[in-house]
Amino acid sequence: MTYIAKPPLHHPTLEKNKVGYTRRDYEGKISTLCAGCGHDSISAAIIQACWELDIEPHRVAKLSGIGCSSKTPDYFLGASHGFNTVHGRMPSVLTGANLAHRELLYLGVSGDGDSASIGLGQFAHAMRRGVKMAYIVENNGVYGLTKGQFSATADQGSKSKKGVVNSDSPVDLVGLALQLGATFVARGFSGHKEQLVPLIKGAIQHGGAAFIDVISPCVAFNNHPGSTKSYDYVREHNEAVSRIDFISGREEITADYGPGEVVDVRQHDGTLLRLRSLHAGYDPTDRAQAMAYMQDHQARGEVLTGLLFVDPLATDLHTALNTSDRPLNALDEAALCPGPAALDKLNASLR
Amino acid sequence: MSVRPIEAVNDFVIKFANVNGSGSASANELFAKAILRMGVPVSPRNIFPSNIQGLPTWYEVRVSEAGWLGRRGGIDMMVAMNPQTWDADVAELEPGGYLFYDSTRPLPPSKFRPDIQVIGMPLTEICNAVYSDPRQRQLFKNIVYVGALSVLLEIEPEVIEKLFGEQYRGKEKLLASNVQALHLGRDFAREHLNAPLGIRVRRADKVGDGIFVDGNSAAALGCVYGGATVAAWYPITPSSSVAEAFQKYCARYRVDPDTGQNRYAIVQAEDEIASIGMVVGAGWNGARAFTATSGPGVSLMTEFIGLAYFAEIPVTIIDVQRGGPSTGMPTRTQQADLLACAYASHGDTKHVLLLPEDPHECFQHAAAALDLADRLQTPVFVMTDLDIGMNQRLCRPFSWEPGRQFDRGKVMTAEELEAGKDFGRYKDVDGDGIPWRTLPGTHPTRGSYFTRGTTRDPYARYSERGPDYLYNVDRLLRKFATAATLVPQPIVRMAAEPTRVGVLYFGSTSPAMAEALDVLQAEGVQLDAMRLRAFPFPDSVARFIAAHDQVFVVEQNRDAQMRTLLVNELEIDPARLVKVLHYDGTPITARFITSAILRHVQVPATPAPARLAPELQP
Repeated sequence: MTYIAKPPLHHPTLEKNKVGYTRRDYEGKISTLCAGCGHDSISAAIIQACWELDIEPHRVAKLSGIGCSSKTPDYFLGASHGFNTVHGRMPSVLTGANLAHRELLYLGVSGDGDSASIGLGQFAHAMRRGVKMAYIVENNGVYGLTKGQFSATADQGSKSKKGVVNSDSPVDLVGLALQLGATFVARGFSGHKEQLVPLIKGAIQHGGAAFIDVISPCVAFNNHPGSTKSYDYVREHNEAVSRIDFISGREEITADYGPGEVVDVRQHDGTLLRLRSLHAGYDPTDRAQAMAYMQDHQARGEVLTGLLFVDPLATDLHTALNTSDRPLNALDEAALCPGPAALDKLNASLR
Repeated sequence: MSVRPIEAVNDFVIKFANVNGSGSASANELFAKAILRMGVPVSPRNIFPSNIQGLPTWYEVRVSEAGWLGRRGGIDMMVAMNPQTWDADVAELEPGGYLFYDSTRPLPPSKFRPDIQVIGMPLTEICNAVYSDPRQRQLFKNIVYVGALSVLLEIEPEVIEKLFGEQYRGKEKLLASNVQALHLGRDFAREHLNAPLGIRVRRADKVGDGIFVDGNSAAALGCVYGGATVAAWYPITPSSSVAEAFQKYCARYRVDPDTGQNRYAIVQAEDEIASIGMVVGAGWNGARAFTATSGPGVSLMTEFIGLAYFAEIPVTIIDVQRGGPSTGMPTRTQQADLLACAYASHGDTKHVLLLPEDPHECFQHAAAALDLADRLQTPVFVMTDLDIGMNQRLCRPFSWEPGRQFDRGKVMTAEELEAGKDFGRYKDVDGDGIPWRTLPGTHPTRGSYFTRGTTRDPYARYSERGPDYLYNVDRLLRKFATAATLVPQPIVRMAAEPTRVGVLYFGSTSPAMAEALDVLQAEGVQLDAMRLRAFPFPDSVARFIAAHDQVFVVEQNRDAQMRTLLVNELEIDPARLVKVLHYDGTPITARFITSAILRHVQVPATPAPARLAPELQP
């Protein structure tokens, strides 16, 4: 929510993508978050992903709730419309926006307080409904703006900076998303950009509800020994299930993996998710297996990251509602208003 | 104690006491519609419990050739089909009234009244003799009593048969069996009952081109005509049928004939918070969107309504009011959400309310609300209620001007941005308080902004500076003043002679008020009347009050909420506004209004001339 704008000058030699934009064109205002905040790394990953995908910035609508994470849409994609809604209710606003104009790309940015506490209901129902969007939770297990209270994703037994031990069991958004029918479920780590950027790219190109839970340490309130969302803890316990490469439909597919290691998942729009499995036999298109695998690793204290599940042929709410290809917000009187003659006929039927 | 039976042609009230879920609703509606087809105005009202099956339900039909459609009060004929409510139903009859009942099982004389006319008909016995299927026995019992009533009240059987023909077009078997049941009732009545009664129907020509429709359907149709494409809702009595009717009309009018695709999206959300959130998102993104709800839903939506007010997003909310507070009386009517809607949400907020009087205006105001929401970039409420929403009402036909365009308000286009037009999302460029907006995706480099519920400067940049805050909230007040010039204006009915006494009323009070004004006029009481049709109040409202020493404010809530709005917004001396309040959950009656006003007119509460605020001097 800064009012400090970055200077718009670009170095003339900056590389441009296929739609003529440099990386700088995907930036926003200067972040006002704490130095070292994981959220800023996620913003950087979003910028990188959108630039690499050759997305025109104004074709993205970025929506968020309330909290540190929800402030970040001001710090990327400055040429996109953004909407900082109310606490925990971003999913419904995004759903309505998506219904109004199906041709834009929708980026939902939320936090663990915003999505797992106050907004758990809206999170769940947006996943159920299959709203086409990339829904990113910047998960640090703590309330930053109000200075360090536990959120609902804080692990049981983890310790706050003040030394308070959390006795509530955690809400696992990844598990919920899987159970509720999300068709693209991943977990990333803000400190692991090489993994995160392709996950975001895959989510943006996905045909249905895509969810990424990104562990994002809070340097101010949740980066101490005793926290299970600190940089050190996550680095030590991170267990990547897969390495993902995102290959857009027009790119040549080159085989640089040995047989048996690679799972190619072609999405609805022709894009390809190339997964190099780090765990032999892990099938990311098997929802039940993903769920069991994740819970199994969680029980061993491991934070499983990577693309955990994808339904490559997923469709979205518009498909379910059979809405017109032409965006609803572009329909005019002729398309919407039945006119006086139909009304006369209706009047006659009401006598 | 014998009392003369009531004698009345085309002017009586008949009430059907039924059991919920027994199939009586369609038979009763058939009865009402048949009288309408004979050119005699009727106003039926469903009186029903919050229940699906088994509890008592009533259908009260007022027949009035004079065209008085408000609830009258008092019952001239009771069709007592529910043993559970027998005693109360019998007690409700006017002296000289008629009691029609199923006499299959004999009842002791103590169950009747000596001052009424009793008409027994063994409905169960007749049906059991003819039908073997238990379901048919129950359903056709209703048609059989309609048949008997048609003889007793002289309703033309051809009219009923024609209605059957329309209802069961292409379903010949159903048509034949209904006609058979009708005549079963008619034959019995002609043979065994004294017909006609003192009350009866006589063909007239007082219906004209009027239509017979419920307000919820009308509001839904108004949303279709007004161009709503996104509807998000959560089921709640008495508003659910708005969304259901919208679905029905969209299926009829909004399917692309070439592709079969829908030019609408309806989502039944997980709750009212999500409903309004979706409407906010769609409105932000340039689609016309609405939700329909009732009081408890409005309470839940309040935070979002504040966001839409402050971030300036078009939103249309149809509030079908019911009895509050809390769960209150879900199936009873009130006008008790006025304050909750007018000032919904924390901080300084004010919202636009439209106040339809009947289904005709539900249609008009729903369409107007979508225009106003876009024009004013703010939430607009259509404040209907259960009485209008869930009862079929005879009203003027729907009308739509050929070539009428939607008012999309100030939306800056890509061409205007490209041409370098200055875009300040929260900047007032022409003094009406309404800024320009852009829609997401409009232009590659110009016109994007960050929408937020926090304070911002005219260019939508975050700011906590006092002057920026004041610029913004004072502009919102200017916008509200603009709203007063755009909303449906009040309608005045002047008394026959000059008078210093006036009355303000609105919404579903309208038909009862119209009747009360006629009655009061006949009693020699001169009363100027103004029907409010919206909030904020146009200047004419203050002028009307200023031109009268005493102004009654008739409303259907306990706390005189409209009067509070008048006092608060127009700075009226409260002593000049006399409360007339009806709030037991039943629709207000002319009898109630008349007696309340007569009490005050005979003994004026404040004889001294009231002090006028300077700006209200006529």
